[in-house]
Amino acid sequence: MAYPYVSDREVRVISTQFGDPEARTLAGAKQRGRYQGLKTALGMSPDAVVDIVKASGLRGRGGAGFPTGLKWSFMPKDYNKPHYLCCNADESEPGTFKDREIIRWDPHQLVEGCLIGAYAIRARHAYIYCRGEFFEATQVLARAVEEAYADGLIGDDVMGSGQKIDLTVHVGSGAYICGEETGLMNSLEGRRGEPRVKPPFPAAVGVFGMPTTVINVETLCAVPHIVVNGHEWYRQWGSEKSPGTKLFCVSGHVRKPGNYELPLGFPLMDLIEDICGGITDGNALKAVIPGGSSVPLLTAEGCRSCALDYEGVSSCGSMLGCASVIVMDETTDIVKQVRRMAAFYAHESCGQCTPCREGSIWVTRILKRIEDGRGTEDDLDTLMELTAQMVGTTICVLSDSVAAPVQSSILKFRDEYLALIRHGERVGTA
Amino acid sequence: MADQTEFPETVTLTIDGQQVTVPKGTSILHAAERVGTRVPHYCYHAGLSAPAMCRLCLVEVEKAPKLLPSCVTQVAEGQVVHTQSDEPLTMRRGVLEFYLQNHPLDCPICDQSGECKLQDYAHEEGRSHGRGREPKRVFGRDDFGGDVLFYGDRCVMCTRCVRFMNEVEQDPRLTVVERGDRSIIDTFFEEGLEGTNFHGNVVDICPVGALLSKDFLFKQRAWDLGHTDSVCPNCSQGCNIELHTRDNLVQRLRPRPNLDVNGHWMCDDGRLDYEWINRGDRLEVPLVRGEKGLHATGWEEALAGLAKELGAGPVRALVSPYLANEDLGAVRALVDQLGGGDLVYRSRRAPEEVVLKGFPKLARRRDLAPNVNGADLLGMSRVGDDNGAGGLEALASHGGVVLVVGDDLEDQSPTFGEAAALYVFLGAHSSAAASHAHFLLPLTTFAEQEGTFTNHENRVQRFWPGLAAPGAARPAWLVLGALLAERTGQTQPTRPEEAFAAMSAFGAGTYEALGTQGVLVVPSTRQEPARAAGD
Repeated sequence: MAYPYVSDREVRVISTQFGDPEARTLAGAKQRGRYQGLKTALGMSPDAVVDIVKASGLRGRGGAGFPTGLKWSFMPKDYNKPHYLCCNADESEPGTFKDREIIRWDPHQLVEGCLIGAYAIRARHAYIYCRGEFFEATQVLARAVEEAYADGLIGDDVMGSGQKIDLTVHVGSGAYICGEETGLMNSLEGRRGEPRVKPPFPAAVGVFGMPTTVINVETLCAVPHIVVNGHEWYRQWGSEKSPGTKLFCVSGHVRKPGNYELPLGFPLMDLIEDICGGITDGNALKAVIPGGSSVPLLTAEGCRSCALDYEGVSSCGSMLGCASVIVMDETTDIVKQVRRMAAFYAHESCGQCTPCREGSIWVTRILKRIEDGRGTEDDLDTLMELTAQMVGTTICVLSDSVAAPVQSSILKFRDEYLALIRHGERVGTA
Repeated sequence: MADQTEFPETVTLTIDGQQVTVPKGTSILHAAERVGTRVPHYCYHAGLSAPAMCRLCLVEVEKAPKLLPSCVTQVAEGQVVHTQSDEPLTMRRGVLEFYLQNHPLDCPICDQSGECKLQDYAHEEGRSHGRGREPKRVFGRDDFGGDVLFYGDRCVMCTRCVRFMNEVEQDPRLTVVERGDRSIIDTFFEEGLEGTNFHGNVVDICPVGALLSKDFLFKQRAWDLGHTDSVCPNCSQGCNIELHTRDNLVQRLRPRPNLDVNGHWMCDDGRLDYEWINRGDRLEVPLVRGEKGLHATGWEEALAGLAKELGAGPVRALVSPYLANEDLGAVRALVDQLGGGDLVYRSRRAPEEVVLKGFPKLARRRDLAPNVNGADLLGMSRVGDDNGAGGLEALASHGGVVLVVGDDLEDQSPTFGEAAALYVFLGAHSSAAASHAHFLLPLTTFAEQEGTFTNHENRVQRFWPGLAAPGAARPAWLVLGALLAERTGQTQPTRPEEAFAAMSAFGAGTYEALGTQGVLVVPSTRQEPARAAGD
């Protein structure tokens, strides 16, 4: 078997080239069908491209799950002002590593997706905002862009169509908040990476004050396949509301962690038990974070019937997010895990909004005190109230991301907190 | 059909159960003020952009999915807003708790105490006690240069100061460094705000005690200060200000909003130049020269004596552009009654204007006195150099009646007025050049009387007395009016509004109509300036 782990239950649309270095070169990429989608798209009108993406039901893979075609249709339908497409490759959510792998193994797929997206929203310039820590991925991507420029795939005359589309790879400085779309735009403009107040929305006033669409790497990579194969083809996987395939990043206490591309709606327990080979050391499952560290935890019980699509995970009381499945077994100290997540958000808060700036560090300190055995039962009530004060009161949702794991862990694992507070009993070790 | 374009579109909405109609585009925060509700806020300031980051002005808007920041949310037709319902009150209490979590609560030694928005809001809407058990964050203090000290621990990160320097002064010297709970305001270089001309405003707009004035540091408690509406006397811009007074002394000057003149701002030159108002060596009683030299006397006796002697020859008069319009008008009327004569003034002039780039209506003007235009409108002419000195050769040796009102003559020699048949000196302070005066009469300063100044664009603005006048000092218009009454037998103004109405130079606007914001006077009634003495 190739690429760390693969499974025959996977449906590989986007991840076909993972583990295959040949696809990184333009020649290799073309052999593997890259840029067929771009050619098809250029033969259609921009609105027709938007329509096919709309019909496919593709939803944003960055976490929010907003319908991509609908988002594109918000862009003005003229060329009076410059439009911009920003590809969000600032993948920083703890537990997420899908975009990095796409860029590392199949950069031309992303370049093609960007060009189609830019054409569809009438943008003459697309940016790929790469996370600062993606050293290798950025280099691979930059080489791919260079090759594509030399080949006339990007530039003043894209594939001889007369369309002018430029593509710039911009490397951030490693701030989680720059993955928030308006924070990304500020950072791209050279300002502090701080989210902007909405409205105005990016489709009206975006990067450099112009209509902008910000879109995730994985979403863009699905677009060429949809354009080539049609929306019906894409809808063969997943459900009515969540069609298509999705990359699942599984990490934590499983035997075979990694990226798996599966149809949406795949059962969570099948992913853990079958595809990932079960829990390490034959331990029992304790909790799962299904969508990156900013979503509520699921208990082992809560995972049983969970189907991995946007609606399925929501109905279990969490969110699919960017489908970063973090598996925790019985050795896990939930208090410590939650404290570490809160500390991450406290460190990454941009500091604009007071509830986030002051709340995230306060929550972290209380959790640390509990972890160190100096907590009180009142602290749990305080934590619940403080986190409630942090939901919906800020410009972006980073503050909500602190609240979700803290609140869900206190609700679902209160016994562990109490054991630590009352008797100094530490449940897990990890 | 009426022309609709003349009327701005309006929107009618309901705030806290009250209907209000406001122009389209108004923010909920401003609309709420119309119904008498002041929604707490830090980052929003009327003179700056609105980042909506303090999250304190959250209000409930029916049908909105979550609370909205009222500072940037525009009103919409039929909107129903609740500012005092459970949800926004709970959330605002939560936000205030976050503000206080790392605040040092050093109100007893903080200059801002008493005028601090964190204090006010915490008392109005905050929790009665804190829940914080964790150690507080410590940033320490920093000298930001100029007149500004930074107390990092008290900062609420509203970034008003950063935005003021970026958007209004347009000299970006302040910034936020670091992020999250480590965020702190800092300067780029060692010199900080040193050398900028409007940085005092960052102290005013700081809602808490994070930015403090070195000049005012530990000087007074805010609640002990009297506040009097006034006009800055330090240049002809006429910035609207408040005199903050205690112990019958001006303790500091603060700008008062007037969008036609100074916006929300004032310059540092004007702000910090107030000690002269507090000068102690004042003329306090009328002094009359008799056989044994000067002796103190009452007003009645002094004025009766002076009225008799005023006809002693042709008049030459010197006034000061620090005098109110009413004072200058009274000098004009008296000189005219005495058969006319040269009326001159001297004024210091700076080499150039200092313009506030983000609000170019406001500049530290070249004329460093508040009422040069008032003197010009009354037909008085400028003499002397740019230091406000010299130019008085003809007056110093004049043989008739020499009338000096308000000018201290500090550059003049003791021989001034030696040759005069009658030398009358009216002023707040005596000087060596007054040693030959036959009458020395004590006047009030602008801070001790009511009156008006005319600024550089001929806007007439009122000021009010913030200090008690020393001894028997009186406004010049009252003293000169009494003299005129003595000579003509006609009733003269006894109240400032009458003194104002007595002048034709300031158009038809009545005193009351000037309000607190002033009125622009079209200089149609301007009198031709008399030729300057000595030319």
